[in-house]
Amino acid sequence: MSVLVRKLRRETWRMRGQVLAIAVVIAGGVATLVMSLATLDSLTLTRAAFYRDYRFADVFASLKRAPEGLREAVEAIPGVQRAETRVVAAVNLDIPGFTDPASGLLVALPEGANAGLNRLYLREGRLPEPGRDQETVVSQAFADAHAFRPGDRLGAIINGRLQRLEIVGIALSPEFIYQIKPGDLFPDFARYGVLWMNREPLANGYGMDGAFNDLVLTLTRDARVRDVIERLDLLLEPHGGLGAIERRDQLSDRYLGAELEQLAGMAKFIPATFLGVAAFLLNMVLSRLIGAQRDQIAILKAFGYGSWAVGWHYVQWVLVIILLGLILGLAAGLWFGLLMAELYRGFFHFPYLTFSPRPQVISLAVLATLGAGLAGTLSAVRRAVRLPPAEAMRPEPPPNYRATLVERLGLQRFLDQPTRMVLRNIERRPLKALLSVLGIAMACGILMVGRFQEGALDYLIQVQYGLAQRDDLTLTFVEPTSRRAILELAAHPGVDWAEPVRQVAVRLIRGQASYRTAIQGLESESRLRRILDDRLQVRPLPPEGLVLSDHLAAVLGAGPGDSLRVEVLEGRRERLEIPVVGIVREFTGVAAYMDLAALNRALGEGDSVTGALLALVPGARDAVVAELKRAPRVAGVTDRMTAIQSFTDSMTEIVLSFAFISTLLAGSIAFGVVYNNARILLTERDRELATLRVLGFSLAEITYILVAELALLTAAAIPPGFLIGLGLIAAIVGGLDSELYRIPMIIEPNVLAFSATVILVSALLSGLLVARRLRHLDLVAVLKTRE
Amino acid sequence: MNRHGDPSDPVFQVRDLTKIYVMGEVSVEALRGVDLDLYPGELVVLLGPSGSGKSTLLNILGGLDSPTSGRVISAGRDLTQVGERALTEFRRQIVGFVFQFYNLIPSLTARENVAIVTEIAEDPMSPEEALGLVGLSQRLDHFPAQLSGGEQQRVAIARAVAKRPRVLLCDEPTGALDSATGVIVLEVLERVNRELGTTTAVITHNAAIAAMADRVIRMSDGRIQSVSDNPVRLAPSEIHW
Repeated sequence: MSVLVRKLRRETWRMRGQVLAIAVVIAGGVATLVMSLATLDSLTLTRAAFYRDYRFADVFASLKRAPEGLREAVEAIPGVQRAETRVVAAVNLDIPGFTDPASGLLVALPEGANAGLNRLYLREGRLPEPGRDQETVVSQAFADAHAFRPGDRLGAIINGRLQRLEIVGIALSPEFIYQIKPGDLFPDFARYGVLWMNREPLANGYGMDGAFNDLVLTLTRDARVRDVIERLDLLLEPHGGLGAIERRDQLSDRYLGAELEQLAGMAKFIPATFLGVAAFLLNMVLSRLIGAQRDQIAILKAFGYGSWAVGWHYVQWVLVIILLGLILGLAAGLWFGLLMAELYRGFFHFPYLTFSPRPQVISLAVLATLGAGLAGTLSAVRRAVRLPPAEAMRPEPPPNYRATLVERLGLQRFLDQPTRMVLRNIERRPLKALLSVLGIAMACGILMVGRFQEGALDYLIQVQYGLAQRDDLTLTFVEPTSRRAILELAAHPGVDWAEPVRQVAVRLIRGQASYRTAIQGLESESRLRRILDDRLQVRPLPPEGLVLSDHLAAVLGAGPGDSLRVEVLEGRRERLEIPVVGIVREFTGVAAYMDLAALNRALGEGDSVTGALLALVPGARDAVVAELKRAPRVAGVTDRMTAIQSFTDSMTEIVLSFAFISTLLAGSIAFGVVYNNARILLTERDRELATLRVLGFSLAEITYILVAELALLTAAAIPPGFLIGLGLIAAIVGGLDSELYRIPMIIEPNVLAFSATVILVSALLSGLLVARRLRHLDLVAVLKTRE
Repeated sequence: MNRHGDPSDPVFQVRDLTKIYVMGEVSVEALRGVDLDLYPGELVVLLGPSGSGKSTLLNILGGLDSPTSGRVISAGRDLTQVGERALTEFRRQIVGFVFQFYNLIPSLTARENVAIVTEIAEDPMSPEEALGLVGLSQRLDHFPAQLSGGEQQRVAIARAVAKRPRVLLCDEPTGALDSATGVIVLEVLERVNRELGTTTAVITHNAAIAAMADRVIRMSDGRIQSVSDNPVRLAPSEIHW
């Protein structure tokens, strides 16, 4: 083994603390990158595989009723590969031992067989047998929420009649990966389920003998989706078609897509930041570390080692550190990635998980790290090698110390000698001090990124459900109803306040942009659903015109004064022109609001409502809910609090896991940075400090000089660290906008406190570790050696 | 005169050498026109107070530093005109250095500190042989921190001579040592000069050491003040300070 290799090995071992600290910084960046991209990759792959294996449809259409014979006409549309007709119905459910209202979607299966499209993946049990009208397969999320097993029973109110159903299987479907009730923001697995039955009993129950009310299609490879949908809509219009949609507008896929898009935003931005910070620090730390070895470089040169040989020696050293960091980072990243992907798999109810991170992910991490590390190394080695050896062996020329700004201001009488040294040290090398501050500040910033989400989500829920939506229960009626129904509800002893809602499915169009959503007709002074402006002030609904949520306004590119084309997708299918009169700030959903009376006037439908918002008398909830369950006109009841609860329950695990892991990684980066800064400071100062010891300074005094400099740099880094954190969070928040929800740019004070604390504790620990080394300064060596 | 080889073929020819250091805001004229020849096999002592320019001269002779003007000719080449690659080659094959503060690599043992040079030289002696030459056969596997100052300096000498250099340049080799240890180091230098015929230049401000030289060159203020020949070289053991 070459002697230089031995030197490398021994010095790496001697500096193991510092080597490990640098490796941890690299590992932090690499792990975040690998974790995020591996999670994203595996979810995307899993979705694609599930869609392909279980023949997820390309186009979906709902209608009132069409004869089965129409299917041939549908299949004749150019581009249609396969069409499957179905009977689908919304039902209220009666679940034994569960008092809350629950509803579900009944989907017909071909008699005794699996569907041809949107096929079921059976987790347990079997499909309904032919002729068994009472048998049903339920979705897994719903089954899990109630601990259903095959053999359990539940009731469904099919066309007004309660029917007892027996669960024979538990299944997953590509159509309901994100199982959410239409119109809801968050999934609520206990109160909304999907049930599959044989077609015969469903068709009988809903008068669909020889007919269908739902259609799913797959397309040929070269089909043009828009053309197919246009022709399909023409075909279905006489049969009460509600407008066909393509896959990306399908509820589950849309929400899943939005979630994955958010994840992709995170997967790009956060790791890029972490890796960028790690690379910057690696560069900084290595160039200073090598700068401190300039006399050794000079000796090697004096013996006749060429610049390349010396450079290669240090490159090897850096490679060892990088390799260590990469191994740690890849292992941690893959492990965390698998953990996160498993969490998401459970959240989305994927039947299986395809976890195979692309080699590109790993090569990206390797290249970014190598690039950053080697760039830092080579520039430092080049600087050291360029000096004639005689000069490099001499200590650097005495730097130009000057009186510091503090002293020029005449404040030095307040400072003792050691403090003046500290200040002059910092002021003498402003660039070096600046880089140290920047490094620590970046560590502080990425700590904030790992933490802010939790508080922001809390804030979102507080605003949305504390200030804007204040009803206890939201009712949906089976069909538009007279306003008298609200008066009846309000008269109920358990109901404190009742307000009407008129919801109408529409397509909003402005120029090329269009969006399918629902207009919510509300009373202008609604107490239970309030419209907030951007300062969270309650605003009354204007008597005419549409109020759009800010996200919808951005999607349509519309502002107050613009006019929207409104295609009503139900009833008489009106085509209207309605002006936009206001924009509201909303963190969730994509809503449009209108005064109830104005909406009804526009629709020409008189005084009708489709639902109600209720505030309940305390303690009356169970009684009211029990009564509503029996009311035939009520199609569904949504309980706001339980919906939020189930959302936070399911999201919390993911958000907290992600926050925990990224905090862990950011924390290790932060500690690595601060500790390396402290060690470099010691390397650069040890001779000077030892000399001071020789001159009679106490250990405490020289410790003060070192630690005070570290403390000053750390303290100076925290405010810019907050700014960096704010910038990073703003960029992330901007990238995370989706129709599901927009994370508000809210940074709770505890996020600032937390990141500052981690930095300060890291500084304290590093200070202690370094101070311990000061005890062992070799004073005799200083007397003997040059300077 | 005790000169080995042909006096008309010096190992070094130095002509009108100047060196100005710019250190921060101060410039220092370290050499102000030096002319000097060093001949094969001789032992020269460069004597002068600190700041007289002797270290600067030695560093330039060894290719560790470059002059501001003038010429240094060795082995038929002007060192002031050649590139980095040639200077590296020159240091690798022609000269050996001994520094005042030894400059051993702390993470390597005595043997390895020598091996670091023998690994890249053309016709080196073995590290063991070199360390035997300086009387350290028993300390081969000790790290610098486990050796006394004199022992460290002898390792440094072994490291310098192991490549069989034509010239040995020693900068205050006894400067950090007490008198008794210093004498041992000088004995090693004298033995190397005598047994291997290596041209040896020793820089010192210690006038007593001049007695062991063939020639004594006195410097002050960046100039050579005088050159004198010793009729008889004293053995180091006869020198005291």
